[in-house]
Amino acid sequence: MRQGLQFDDAGRLRHLLTIEGLSRQTILEILDTAESFLSVGEREIKKIPLLRGKTAVNLFFESSTRTRTTFEIAAKRLSADVINLNVSASSTSKGETLLDTIRNLEAMHTDLFVVRHNESGAAHLIARHVPPHVHIINAGDGRHAHPTQGLLDMFTIRRHKGAFEKLKVAIVGDILHSRVARSQIHALTALGVSELRVVAPKTLLPMAVEKLGVRPYADMEEGLDGVDVVMMLRLQRERMQGALIPSEQEYFNLYGLTPAKLACAAKDAIVMHPGPMNRGLEIDSTVADGPQSVILPQVTYGIAVRMAVMALIMGGSAEPAGGRR
Amino acid sequence: MTAVDIEAATARMVEQLQPMLKRRPLMIGIHTGGVWVAERLHRLLDFQEPLGTLDISFYRDDFTRIGMNPQVRTSHLPVNVEERHIILVDDVLHTGRTIRAALNEIFDYGRPSSVMLACLIERGGRELPIEPQVVGEHIKLGKNQHVKLLGPEKLELRIQEANG
Repeated sequence: MRQGLQFDDAGRLRHLLTIEGLSRQTILEILDTAESFLSVGEREIKKIPLLRGKTAVNLFFESSTRTRTTFEIAAKRLSADVINLNVSASSTSKGETLLDTIRNLEAMHTDLFVVRHNESGAAHLIARHVPPHVHIINAGDGRHAHPTQGLLDMFTIRRHKGAFEKLKVAIVGDILHSRVARSQIHALTALGVSELRVVAPKTLLPMAVEKLGVRPYADMEEGLDGVDVVMMLRLQRERMQGALIPSEQEYFNLYGLTPAKLACAAKDAIVMHPGPMNRGLEIDSTVADGPQSVILPQVTYGIAVRMAVMALIMGGSAEPAGGRR
Repeated sequence: MTAVDIEAATARMVEQLQPMLKRRPLMIGIHTGGVWVAERLHRLLDFQEPLGTLDISFYRDDFTRIGMNPQVRTSHLPVNVEERHIILVDDVLHTGRTIRAALNEIFDYGRPSSVMLACLIERGGRELPIEPQVVGEHIKLGKNQHVKLLGPEKLELRIQEANG
């Protein structure tokens, strides 16, 4: 049975806060829906009227360019009105609490909040306090989750590599600080990939990472051996306290994705990165711009996936006026 | 229960469409049943340009009430509609809301010279000022009766009484 904060009483997805707890079927339904939205971006008029009259607020307590922009484009292609709020520079600096900020925006009849916050659990907290007709999408909370990134990565893998069951996947880099990695791991395990590896120095792996259903590798060449998908992560220097890596040069030597290391993976393996990339730190430019890279398609797919999530959580939610038909 | 001869109805549509062919129209079918009917007409009338298909899910007026159809097919208009005469094909014309949505979608692709509506079954019950130019068969149905086209190999019309 579907349950929890993300679902309504009828079992329909009302918020997207985390991939954890989503069934394989729900994830595939989102990917299928995204597939049909992809064509909208290729039309002369890149707009459909699904969310006409709805108001979406991009509430970013943490800076972002790609995620915020793709959410904005996604909402606009669905004809919603979009307001971007960079809250770090706004009321919170005057002492307003998170919930007060939300209540004020809600009083302006907002239908959807896309929230990014540096605290894990911020989107959950908001979802717990909004009325049923208001929807929340988590656009990244602390180290916890970044579900739309995880979903767009699944969309990318399916488009380029096909069925998940036969794929070997390696996630490489700063797993410890990465909400993206957590969302990817939840999605890939729900979808049942044949093998899921994480490649990182011990200092950048969470405790007991095996419990998430992954196999850890400290050696990158071993970890990449024969994989079909290489998912690189950004080294999050801004979240690091203390000396977790010896030096950037040494990190690149051991864990930077170079053509030589990529050669350990399957010949037709794809290379992914959620951006922004630290070129020459976790990934070599030759690889990032090379023929196996699907890093830019990831961005394009991100729009279709975010459109799908918005349409799915916001559809069918109107108070029935005069009963349903 | 009305028995409808689909073959005969299709033949009547072909006959009505013949005189329109000199304007080199494009044919567009509406998913799902409309595409099945359009595929037959397209073949019988020997259209040279490929058939367009529309899934109007993104243009429905009841999205906020019933939500996303998880099985949206991609609309596919292989030929530019700009300045072209369009024959829009659907299986059953009832309220007219599907046609309204289809027209909106077509106009998001361009500005056709004209749009003509061809439907296999016309059943009354219009809620919008939309009328077909080409009809396979007119049938009279009560408000609580539903009609559905089954296919795609062999087209068959099923009329059902809604419960309650």
